[in-house]
Formats: sequence, structure tokens, C-alpha cells
Amino acid sequence: MTGTLRVRRWSKLSAGFSGSFTAFVIALIFVPVLLSENATAKMTTLLILVLLAAMWNALAGYGGLVSIGQQGFIGLGAYGTVWLCNHGMNPYQAMVVATLFCGAISLPVSLLVLRFRGAQFAIGMWVLAEVAAILVSFDQSLGAGTGTSLIELNYYSPGARQEYTYWLTLGMAVFFLGVLFVLLRSRFGSSLQAIRDDEEAAASVGVRVVACKRILFVLAAAGCGGAGAMTLANTLFIEPTSIFGVNWTAYMVFMVLVGGLGTFEGPIIGAVVLFLIQNHYSSGGAWYLVGLGVASMLFALLLPRGLWGTVRDRFKIQLLPVGHQLSGVASTPIPAPAEEAS
Amino acid sequence: MSSLLSVQGLEARHGLLPAVRGVSFEVTDGETVALVGANGAGKTTLLRTIAGAHKSAAGQIRFDGDDITRVRAHDRLRRGIALVPEGRRLFPDLTVEENLLVAARPDRKGQWTLDTVLEAFPLLKPLRGRRAATLSGGEQQATAIGRALISNPRLLLLDEVSLGLAPIAVEAVYRSLTTLIEGGTTIVLVEQDLKRATSVASRVICMLEGRLVLEGGSELTREQITEAYFGLRKAPT
Amino acid sequence: MTWTNAVIQGVFLGGFYALLACGLSLMFGLMRIVNLAHGDIAVLGAYLITVVLDHWGVSPFIGFVAVLPIMLALGYLLQRVILERSLRSGVLVPLLTTFGLAIVIQNLLLEKFSPDVRSLGGDAGWITTASWQITNQVSIPAIGALALVVAIATLGGLQLYLSRTPSGRRMRATAQDPDTAELVGIDSRSVYAWGTAIAVGTAALAGMFLAMRSTFDPYAGSTQLIFAFEAVVIGGLGSLWGTLVGGIVLGVSQTIGAQIDPQYSVLAGDLVFLAVLASPRGGIFRARLAS
Repeated sequence: MTGTLRVRRWSKLSAGFSGSFTAFVIALIFVPVLLSENATAKMTTLLILVLLAAMWNALAGYGGLVSIGQQGFIGLGAYGTVWLCNHGMNPYQAMVVATLFCGAISLPVSLLVLRFRGAQFAIGMWVLAEVAAILVSFDQSLGAGTGTSLIELNYYSPGARQEYTYWLTLGMAVFFLGVLFVLLRSRFGSSLQAIRDDEEAAASVGVRVVACKRILFVLAAAGCGGAGAMTLANTLFIEPTSIFGVNWTAYMVFMVLVGGLGTFEGPIIGAVVLFLIQNHYSSGGAWYLVGLGVASMLFALLLPRGLWGTVRDRFKIQLLPVGHQLSGVASTPIPAPAEEAS
Repeated sequence: MSSLLSVQGLEARHGLLPAVRGVSFEVTDGETVALVGANGAGKTTLLRTIAGAHKSAAGQIRFDGDDITRVRAHDRLRRGIALVPEGRRLFPDLTVEENLLVAARPDRKGQWTLDTVLEAFPLLKPLRGRRAATLSGGEQQATAIGRALISNPRLLLLDEVSLGLAPIAVEAVYRSLTTLIEGGTTIVLVEQDLKRATSVASRVICMLEGRLVLEGGSELTREQITEAYFGLRKAPT
Repeated sequence: MTWTNAVIQGVFLGGFYALLACGLSLMFGLMRIVNLAHGDIAVLGAYLITVVLDHWGVSPFIGFVAVLPIMLALGYLLQRVILERSLRSGVLVPLLTTFGLAIVIQNLLLEKFSPDVRSLGGDAGWITTASWQITNQVSIPAIGALALVVAIATLGGLQLYLSRTPSGRRMRATAQDPDTAELVGIDSRSVYAWGTAIAVGTAALAGMFLAMRSTFDPYAGSTQLIFAFEAVVIGGLGSLWGTLVGGIVLGVSQTIGAQIDPQYSVLAGDLVFLAVLASPRGGIFRARLAS
């Protein structure tokens, strides 16, 4: 056997990329200072999309759980913020607390839904989202069916409001993606890989399958809740049918399928793609959604690894050091058994 | 006599693992060929590839003069190749009668109909209305063979029909096989029991690790076959 | 409305839900696919019927007969072109593909037709408004009774088809073991395509009733899918008759909820669904096309 096999986490490329990526994220802090209010608002939208894509991918790509009901947490994050502000909390504090609340409430929910997979999980989540929407629409103090806005934000000047909103969104995106990154690099990440390959085999070697899924579920719930709270802050007005609407899932599915299901970088790329399309075709109306749906279908059928997944597999590169790589592979092939017999 | 089945350079894989490597052989009309080899030698994969249940990676299969390499399994059945799969694979919630009827092909006329199959396997007559999942091993095997016969095949492929059966049931199965052979049906059967295999077959093909290592008729000695079976002799060039 | 009447109305509503759900149940039993676009396909059927009505002014029943061949063909194509591929790619892909299809259908309908709600109740004539007064408190709506009767007939017809006909037998065999089905001469792709065609056809039939008994809009498909799925899960077993039971339980839950407060009707159905999911049986449906 020639050469020794070593398992590496970092490659020169991923070290270089990680360094520049970190620098880029730090640079993002200065966006409100350097760019106009309008541009800052757009960047906030982009960051919300990144967060949503990453969270949906955490569930579907890493956990194998296709959820059509994450909009439930988006809505709860938004309406939770309104409720907390109605009870006297500072709006930005309320956004953070609402995010945590979504994470907390997802724990009992997970006890029910994580017993299922496939379509039952998917539609079960959708029904729960609908239930949340119905319950919210009963509450007059939350504006019932006609919607509500966060009037407490009016205490800030528009410029300051946009700045704080942006920074909090950036903070949330960095936090949730950071947590996900750390989890994936840890033993948890290997467990997830095992679960993805063969759930029963993973369980038989001691991987705590449901516990792993629960961690992803709670993370995704909190992340989507945060995205909902920040959407409220960014767009100022929400109403139940749109904030609890299934179109959110359509966006998340598109971003993750196009970017790359089950990769870390993919959802970020998918979010950028959706953001660019949204800006270009904002007046497209229904055709725009038709396009998203068709694209999602085409990617699911023809290019299931997504743009980044395909590039990564083809060129064997990895920008962010999430996985493991084998180096020093043996160069002589192992001979066929028949020829070895004397 | 013409060659009914001709396999040339056939290769088949399970994912990336090769299971059948460059196998070539022919079966003439009316022959009975025994395909032997240890577990994992590739016999089941070879049969399934011939029947169309498994996709071939390379090579050619000719049946009755036509190239059927790209033909789908249900079409091969229509042309006259019937497989009795390993493990019987009956439709569990269909009755015995339904299992038989579902495989009947009105466009393939011949001696085998629902009634003649039940005559050939009288043990099934009282079980007509029973769900296949409730049958014993021997009863399932009889149904599975009947299901293959009812399409009046020209080539019958049998994969380990004695597996998991009580000796008395195996006796019964081989008795009916002998009748079939006497009737002129072309048969390729996979059998782990070398003695049984050589007792019914006019020719033996031995596989090892995906390759064909021995082929021959009555001129082969028991020792030669055993050696090839366990890989104790070199593969022929 | 008294409680008794609420229950009776619920049974008839349940008949509609059973009709809506039977295509979903059939596709799951045959291919293990939950077609997330099923509700939108029913709504598509409703809209196609409105097109026929707007052009030729016939009754919705005639409209359905005209639309049925188109829907059957669409179902067949849906399977051969899209779903067949997705079946080979693992369990996530059919969910994602049918979800994408649902979004496409919804928004195509939104583009083609206005977002306003429509109803064909007026065009159906006397049947939508007629009812038989049984007692002082109980009345039987004609359209509800018709939907229930049609649902039972459809489910019964499907059951007979599956258990008595050769092609139904082939469909059951393919549902139980598609690989072995191929080996005994069954063209599994064709069987799947016909199954999808039938499922889409029943969805169109449900769409007709949806159009006649209430209003619909391009985005109504999502709600219909949820109702259909709830009916299938509550019914539990996967046999087609289980879908009838599930539909009726869902319908009655909704009407009883409405009796408490009209706002609670959909919520009541959702809660019953969630309760079934949470129960030890867990709503796991071993759906086979049982004999």
C-alpha cells in the first residue's frame, strides 16, 4: 500500500475562503453607514432570505425533513413581536424574545411531529401553521384578520430604525448560520450524515436519531421565527394570510433546490439568486411564482444537487470546512481476486 | 437445434460493485441448464438481468434471434421469458388464483391455463381463494412456478426454488420440474444443491465472483464442478 | 341549526371530502406518493368547467363530462412526464416536485382567471338550493346528498374495479410489488399512469362539486389538499372505505365546530386531525390497495 491516509477538515482553498468570508461578514456591519437607506432595506431582505434558506436546508438537507409549514414559525415570530410590544417591551428586545419563543414552542411540537417522516411530517407542519394562523386571526389585539403594524417602531427615526433592523438581522443570520456551522463540524454533523445515508443503520450504532432531528427542528423554528420578526421590522405591516402563507415555503424550496440541498454554501447562493430575481421581476406578479415553481420542479427532477452541489461534486471543492476530506489516497489499484489465486 | 438464448459479455452491477463480469453462454431450445456457484457468485443477478429485472451495464442478450438487451422486463415476459424469483415474491394480498391470473397472457397461447396449472399442482386447488401471504413455503413455491408457467414461456428461469423448503416439498418441486423438462420446456435453474442440479440438468454452468469459470455437460466430473464452485482452479482463458 | 342537523350536514360535507380524498388515497396506495398538487388539480378542474360554462352555457354536469377526458389525459401525462422520474429519485423528490407543481398550477390559475372568487352554484340550477325538509330542525340539502351518493358510488366503483377486473388486479399487484409485477408481464409505468389519470379524474369530479356547493378562487387548492389529507389520515386504514369514514368524521367535526362558532369550523377539523396524529395509532396508514 502506498501513501498514508489522513482525514483533513481544512484545505488550502477552504482556509483561504473562510478567511475572506469572515472579513466579508465583518464588512457587512458597515452597510448602513456606507449605503443608502433603500439599499440597507434591500440588504436586510437578502439577509432574511439567507436565514430562511439556511434554516429550511437544515431541516430538509441535513435532517431529511421536508416541512411545508415553516411559515407557521415565521408568522409566530412576527406576531409574537407585536404581542410583546403590546405588553410594553422594547421592539428590538421583543424581536429577540419572540425568536426564542419560537424555539421554545417548537419543543413540544417536535414531540408530536418528529414521530413522522415524509408527507405526514410535511403536511402535518402545514396544518399546524394553518392552526397558528387561525388562532392569531381570532385575536383582536393583534389586528385579527386585517393585519397590524409595529407602531412602537415609530419612536425611532426611519434612518435609525433601518440601521437597527439591519444590524439585528445581520446578527441573527450570523448567529444561526454560525450555530449550524459549529454543529455540522462537530460529531453532530457526522451523526447527521449517518442518518441521511441510512437511518436504521445509524440508530444501530448508537446515533440518537430523534434527538438529532429535534435539535435541527428547534434551530429551524427559532431561525424562521427570527426571520418573521425581522420581516415585520423591515416591511412594517403584516397580515395573517401573507405572513402565514405557503408562498414562504415556495421561496425556501426554490432557494435550497437551486442552491444545493444538503450543502452549507448552497442555500446562501440560492438566496442570492432569489434576491436578484425578486429585484428584477418585482412586478411579475403570478408569473414570477410560476417561474419559481417550474424552476423548483426542474431542479428537483434534473439537477437535485442544486447549482452548488453539482459544482462541489464535479470539482471536489469545498469552500467552508464543514465536511471531512481524505488525503494521501493509495495510488496502486487493489488486484482482482481471481488473479491472486495460485 | 437453434440457440434460444445467447448471452455475450454481459456485465451487471449493484451500484458500483460488479456482480456479473463478462459472462457469455448459450442455451439451446429444449435444454436444461443448471447455474451453480457459491453465495454471492452473481447467479441471481445474472438471471434477473436476463429477465429484465436488473439493468445490464454492458454486453448483449439475444432471445430467439432478437436483441433484447434494451427491452423492458414486461416485454420480455411477453416474448416468452419467465422468471421464478428468489424468495418467490408472490403478491401478498392477492389470492392464489389472482396471483396466477395476473400473470396470464391471453396473447401467449399454450397448454398452460389456470385450470391446467391447478391440475399440475393439485395442492393449490383448495387454496385458490387464500391470500398468498398465508401460504406455506412449499405452497408459495408451487404458486410461483405456476405463475411463471401460466404465461406459456419458452424459457423458464428458476432461482433457488428449493431454498427454505422442507425436503418433502423440494421433492415435489423437482418432480414437477422433471415433468416440465420432459415436456420440452427450456429451463435455466439456479441451484445451490449440486447433486439436485446435476440430476436434472443436461449442462452445468459454474460462476465464481461474477465470472463464468466452468461450462460443460455430462463429460464434467463431480470433482471438476466442485473445484470450480469453490474457486480451486484457475478461470479458463 | 340544531346539533342533530349539524351532524347531518357534516355527514354530507364528509361525502364531498371523501370524494376529494379518494384520488389522493389511490395515488398513495399505488405509488406511495402524496400528490401535494392534488387540491390544486381539483380547483383546476373547477376552473376548466367554468370555461366550458362561459362558452356554451351548459350545466356544470355537462361541463364536467366535457372536461373529464382532458383531465384524464393530464393525469396520464403528469405521471409519465413528471412523477415517473421523481419516483426513481428517492423519497424527498416527489414531495418537492408535487409542491412545485402546486405552486405552478395555483399561480397559472391566478394569471388566467382573476383572483375573485367564483361559484357555479347559480348555474347548477335547482339542485344547489333544493333540500328536503325532514323535520322541523333537520333538512337534507340536495347537493350534499348528491355529493355523498357520488362519493359512495365512486369509492365503490373503484373498489370493484380493483377487486374484480383484470386491470384492477394488475394495479393491485403493481401496488404491492412493482418489480415483480414487471416480471409477470405488467407494464408498471402504464399502470401508474392510469392510476394517476383516475386520481385526477376523481379530483375533477370533486372540483365540480366544490364549484357548485361553495365559492373557489385560484388559491383554494391548498385548503382542499389539507382537507383531503386530513380525511385520509383520520380514516386511517388506507383502504378506500377508510377514506369515506375519514371524510365524514372530518365533515362532522367541522360542522359541529361551526355550530359552536362559525369561525371554529376549519379549526375543529384541524384539531381532530392533530388528535388522530397524536394518538398511538399515529395516523400511520399502511396504505395498500386492499382487496
